[in-house]
Amino acid sequence: MAPPIIPVLPLNLPLAELEVGKHLYWQLGNLKIHGQVFLSSWVVIGALLALVAIGTRKLERNPGGVQNLLELVWDYIRDISREQIGEKAYRDWLPFIGTLFLFIFVSNWGGALIPWKLIHLPSGELGAPTADINTTIALALLVSLAYFYAGLSRKGFRYFEYYVDPTPIMLPFKIIEDFTKPLSLSFRLFGNILADELVVAVLAFLVPLIVPLPAMFLGLFTSAIQALIFATLAANYIGEAVHEEHH
Amino acid sequence: MTSWLLLAEAGASAAGTPEGGLFDLDATLPLMAVQVVLLTFILNSLFFRPVGRAVEDREGYIATSRAQAKEKLAQVERLEADLKEQLKDARLQTQKLIQEAEQESDKLYREAIGLAQAESNASRESARREIDSQRTAALGQIRGDADKLADQIVDRLLAAS
Repeated sequence: MAPPIIPVLPLNLPLAELEVGKHLYWQLGNLKIHGQVFLSSWVVIGALLALVAIGTRKLERNPGGVQNLLELVWDYIRDISREQIGEKAYRDWLPFIGTLFLFIFVSNWGGALIPWKLIHLPSGELGAPTADINTTIALALLVSLAYFYAGLSRKGFRYFEYYVDPTPIMLPFKIIEDFTKPLSLSFRLFGNILADELVVAVLAFLVPLIVPLPAMFLGLFTSAIQALIFATLAANYIGEAVHEEHH
Repeated sequence: MTSWLLLAEAGASAAGTPEGGLFDLDATLPLMAVQVVLLTFILNSLFFRPVGRAVEDREGYIATSRAQAKEKLAQVERLEADLKEQLKDARLQTQKLIQEAEQESDKLYREAIGLAQAESNASRESARREIDSQRTAALGQIRGDADKLADQIVDRLLAAS
């Protein structure tokens, strides 16, 4: 089956073609991976690591420059994880929550702000790594693993008391929750980012000047909110798992 | 709208064949997961741990300096109250001293005045007494002289007659 191409405009302008679901395939043994996702994710990770490396080169008690920014980010992430996970366990999970937040945030904004269109790939096109369902499912499954691990490592098999709390009637719903959590996490992020990219692209094709700008700003706003939502929900799930009932 | 549904279906049906689509799941998923886990560890050692330590060190430093400053402030306030108390005491004492000294000098003044008055009274009295005695003595002498003269006069007159 040919990769679906949406003809945005009836007249066939050279730019008036929006590729969805087209990928740059790399062959890895007998595995296929999406090259464009990895390329853009490496750019994102590289940017993140560069920022971090510059900011933590010389940590001082009177912070200045990039260190200030990093401390602001750190403080923000600490607030998220402390509020959701609780005072006792948040330290163990702060790096994970922070990495999720930073990776998603920089991916989303990178997808919106970096002029990827200037780089031509043989197939598919570069964009936010979070606009690919593989990335978001990977992140969501990591969150699932994380909260199972958090609950089991902290409470042992008492973790499963959570499933029959407050009554055993809750058991099927809580089991269903374990499936809906990663599903909703991944599809929310994927849908929002892909939709944002599509809206901006379609508007840019229809009216190339000025008109897409509000949609772009809205997209930046949505992107930031999605990163926050993902990180907050991940922290919340972990917090639920490590939560101790006070009898 | 239908095109989107078709698109999703296309993606779903294409999942079997490696043609692509919106929901094309493949080895990207686990590799991306591994990548994110690696990123977590790298960011932890490069960012979260050092920056967290820096921030918490600073928070501790601020908390201890604040506590120290509060302690010092309390000490200063205590000292101030102490000194104020001392100052009040000293003021009271000086006032008392001044009062005492005034009373003392007043007393001394009065005593001296009294003494001088008594002395002057005494010397006046003695002077008067001396004057009196001298006057009586002089009067006695004059009277004696007068008697003598009268005797002489009488003698002369008797002799002449």
